[in-house]
Amino acid sequence: MLPASRYSTKAHRCLRALKTAQTEHVSPQLYTTLHRRACSSVSTPRITTHYTIHPREKDPRWEGIEMERFADEADVVIVGGGPAGLSAAIRLKQLANEQEKELRVCLVEKASQIGAHTLSGACLEPSSLNELIPDWKERGAPLNTPVTEDVFSILTEKYRIPVPILPGLPMVNHGNYIVRLGNFVRWLGEQAEELGVELYPGYAASEVLFHEDGSVKGVATNDVGIAKDGSPKDVFERGMELHAKVTIFGEGCHGHLAKQLYKHFNLRENCEPQTYAIGLKEVWMIDEKKWRPGRVEHSVGWPLNRNTYGGSFLYHLNEGEPLVALGLVVGLDYTNPYLSPFREFQRWKHHPFVAPTLEGGHRIAYGARALNEGGLQSIPKLTFPGGLLIGCSPGFMNVPKIKGTHTAMKSGMLAAETIFAKVTAEDVESETAGLHVPEYAEALKSSWVWKELHAVRNIRPSFHNYFGLYGGMIYTGIFYWIFRGKEPWTLKHCGLDAHQLKPAKDCTPIEYPKPDGKISFDLLSSVALSGTNHEGDQPPHLTLKDDSVPVNRNLAVFDGPEQRFCPAGVYEYVPLESGDGMRLQINAQNCVHCKTCDIKDPSQNINWVVPEGGGGPAYNGM
Amino acid sequence: MSGRVLVGVKRVIDYAVKIRVKPDNSGVVTDGVKHSMNPFCEIAVEEAVKLKEKKLIKEVVAVSCGPQQAQETIRTALAMGADRGIHVQVTGKDYETLGPLQVSKILAALAKKEDAQLIILGKQAIDDDCNQTGQMTAALLDWPQGTFASEVSMEGDKLKVVREIDGGLEMIKINTPAVVSADLRLNTPRYATLPNIMKAKKKKIANVNPADLGVDLTSRVEILRVDEPPQRQAGVKVETVDDLVGKLKDTGRI
Repeated sequence: MLPASRYSTKAHRCLRALKTAQTEHVSPQLYTTLHRRACSSVSTPRITTHYTIHPREKDPRWEGIEMERFADEADVVIVGGGPAGLSAAIRLKQLANEQEKELRVCLVEKASQIGAHTLSGACLEPSSLNELIPDWKERGAPLNTPVTEDVFSILTEKYRIPVPILPGLPMVNHGNYIVRLGNFVRWLGEQAEELGVELYPGYAASEVLFHEDGSVKGVATNDVGIAKDGSPKDVFERGMELHAKVTIFGEGCHGHLAKQLYKHFNLRENCEPQTYAIGLKEVWMIDEKKWRPGRVEHSVGWPLNRNTYGGSFLYHLNEGEPLVALGLVVGLDYTNPYLSPFREFQRWKHHPFVAPTLEGGHRIAYGARALNEGGLQSIPKLTFPGGLLIGCSPGFMNVPKIKGTHTAMKSGMLAAETIFAKVTAEDVESETAGLHVPEYAEALKSSWVWKELHAVRNIRPSFHNYFGLYGGMIYTGIFYWIFRGKEPWTLKHCGLDAHQLKPAKDCTPIEYPKPDGKISFDLLSSVALSGTNHEGDQPPHLTLKDDSVPVNRNLAVFDGPEQRFCPAGVYEYVPLESGDGMRLQINAQNCVHCKTCDIKDPSQNINWVVPEGGGGPAYNGM
Repeated sequence: MSGRVLVGVKRVIDYAVKIRVKPDNSGVVTDGVKHSMNPFCEIAVEEAVKLKEKKLIKEVVAVSCGPQQAQETIRTALAMGADRGIHVQVTGKDYETLGPLQVSKILAALAKKEDAQLIILGKQAIDDDCNQTGQMTAALLDWPQGTFASEVSMEGDKLKVVREIDGGLEMIKINTPAVVSADLRLNTPRYATLPNIMKAKKKKIANVNPADLGVDLTSRVEILRVDEPPQRQAGVKVETVDDLVGKLKDTGRI
């Protein structure tokens, strides 16, 4: 625990290191011999100490440590306090109150407060909210900025080509609201608490629990008090087990428990792999003269080349202060390992169409998160005995509209409606101890969510042609705008994003301009703005299945793309103390929980697991 | 001897968050910003709970002054092992001007009301860095004080406190009742685990009005303006000593 907030981040780390030295938790340098396949004779310094890679059962330091967990029973446990999870919780309690039934709903969320890990553009389509809480306006929902102007452009390095937004195109925003999604999620949390949902922010679900028959029993929250080298500290305590009849997983894009569930229940055997993009976002306080509340600007083109999917957004909020939310989305199927989404975003801000809005303003927030682009083709099997998946975790984002909140909320509501009868029934016939509710998937398939996703299913894959962006726009114009997505074929994606990178030797490094400190900024000062922090003395939660792979493959073949695609500067290749060779340094404290590394690592060696609850970014209305 | 310990806990902006000054320079933005218990208050709670576990005291009462959200901070203290909480309701303008003088008056009044044997506070809050509340409380109660404590032990009805001072460590023995303020190295606070948070929901938090304690909250201090620290100017490199002397003369330093 540290004194005085006046110290800089560097000083904090310094003091932390000193305190650690005093309490004798300095981790010894452990060396492991290289993986058998490699032919080098240099040993790799140990990076990963997490118990998911080095089990504690065989670890002598854990002998005699009490590993029993306290357990509690609920009717439904929801993992994740985002729009989907909270909508499910609210809907469950609404039904319980309507039908005067007792229902214990527990929701765990890894952020220290609800909304602190939420990041989105965002233009909210209020359709699901109108269904869930029709009197949202009276209840003070923070939807304060109806969209008044909608602008779409194709950018070139110096110019802008305006594109008319014809009615019927997916990016029409009439009737939608520009929101700060973090504030909206916080408001949903308040609604949920009023209805009697038990919310537990600051506690991360780190393990899925199973009954003996293989169905899901619930989740366990993270253990606390494990030192950086993986040994137990004096304050070590086991997490808690939460058992439920049905566990709803709403971890958001690329959830780590969902990743385990896909493997365990083979949920992805009949769908395409999910494809992703990374979204980087900043919030600026701008000069009042430049402020046009309700204005929505989107662009494609520069600085991304025609074969790299992505685009920008800039929304003028109307909440009393002249704030704009802006950002860049870059498809993670990009091929050039020298591409840095963060630096593309910084240089985009200098475009003559964008920079004038920002001149005279100052930046007040920064963050990043991965988002789904797979659409209908990548939706896995949604239910399994004992649980189901909702929201961006399986992925219901409407990619051309760049909206996923309304579909996530609807999936949460449908989950609640379909499981309600089963969890409140006195005697339920079930083959397994954990209830299986396939009715959820059926309800989703017959809802407007499926129709919407079906109509736009071919737009994203249509970008995989020689003309890239332009081919995709033409396809959208013909088949979506004219034919409403009714074409009989379904285009495929190209496979895992991680496998799209070309070796560094086949690509040209990109010359990025230096940040000017007024409009564009460097990475570390941006990360500081996200408010991210983690307890320093814990095993890095960015675990490597094999510690030798980063230097031997990622660096050797792809020039270490993780140093470029991480929006928080977690990964750094630094020279070894001995002088010859490099090693990977993982600055786990910087992590903003975006999940990009788990997605884009070309060796799929990085496995993101959840750190101690409460750690991570401290977004405020992002 | 009641065996009761009062622990003051303050809800402050989390230390890792980047502070932003309000556009009207009246203060710092707190709306929606991540808050947590003051780190020194966590150490104070831990020390009180440790004393209870050693059976040297009987009850730990966590006290916080502030608006509704202060209850979250009290709940964390309850989850760490405090037995019950007291929420002194201070809102609006009163909360904006709430400072060590007012809080120490409140704590002194509560100490008398609760017949406390010991008050443990954090040495200072990380938002105002005042380092005054412990000292003022002791003065108002006319109790001895052991501030900047890095070690506390009870010997009969006396308290042995090892204090961190500029010259090193100072050991003092003081009578109880007393006020102790916790410094960094006193202990490592335990985590507030989920089962304890759930149990803490059943523990009582009493709501109290400062007026009922006879405390006047008027501030003697008026905040005129809050500004960010000045931007650090870039340095200038010079080649020779003569250049250095020349530059120093130019800027009027010598």
